[in-house]
Amino acid sequence: MAKRKSDVGTLYRGSAGQWSWIAHRITGIAVILFLFAHVIDTAVIGWGPHAYDRVVRVYENWGVRLLELGLVAAVVYHAINGVKVMIFDFWPSTTKHFKALSIATTAIFVLAMIPISWIMGGQILDLALHRGT
Amino acid sequence: MATRTEPTTTTEPAAPRGVLGYRGRSERPAGGFELWAWLFMRISGIVLLVLAVGHVLIMHMPAGGVSRVNFGFVATRWENPIWRTWDWALLSLALVHGINGLRVIAQDYVRPAAWRFVVNTFFTVVGFLLFVLGTVIVFTFDPSKWPGVVK
Repeated sequence: MAKRKSDVGTLYRGSAGQWSWIAHRITGIAVILFLFAHVIDTAVIGWGPHAYDRVVRVYENWGVRLLELGLVAAVVYHAINGVKVMIFDFWPSTTKHFKALSIATTAIFVLAMIPISWIMGGQILDLALHRGT
Repeated sequence: MATRTEPTTTTEPAAPRGVLGYRGRSERPAGGFELWAWLFMRISGIVLLVLAVGHVLIMHMPAGGVSRVNFGFVATRWENPIWRTWDWALLSLALVHGINGLRVIAQDYVRPAAWRFVVNTFFTVVGFLLFVLGTVIVFTFDPSKWPGVVK
């Protein structure tokens, strides 16, 4: 009887690959859902300054900005993990170094998020403390 | 000694057939539309790595972050055709990449074919409408219709 896929040593069940696969999906869904809203809020510019400036005022809120930090993290994670997926797809022999590459992509993501969180966190605090909600 | 009842393919798993067939251990589709979709996801992914990551960093990292964004900011930015092209390319590639991603996810979680068709049709229509809306706005936006707002 042919072995089931889960028996033949994929990069998958129970390993880091499973978690990055889930994270890739979740971040992808988050980004496309935001994109739906973002195309509409940007398109409002075609209705003039009064309408557009009113719409983008929604972003002048520390809670919304916190979600935006999450959005940036999602875009950055999806991009870096996507590169890892492509490396495995186009150069299958690199799967020998699966664990090392998974650690490397996670490290790059975390390192990238340090200055991003610092800068955006400062903007969020500024908004929360000095300009109300 | 046990009688051999199975064919001789016990060491290698049989390659599953169908839309998402496997080649070896890679999950690259065997051919047809799914292979093109697979390739598109990777090529657009490389381009979006620049366009989308660049976009969020350009918008959030400089002082003021997105607090800078208002009608005047966009009008000034879109005076440069490079930014209009960037934003339009980002719009198009991200929509197709994202909606194809949703289609792949629906293959896993929306099992009844009729419901999957409904879900896929819904996102395709939403994506197409947003593509048309975004394209029209990016290329027809003219701040001189509102004189005095941009110097």
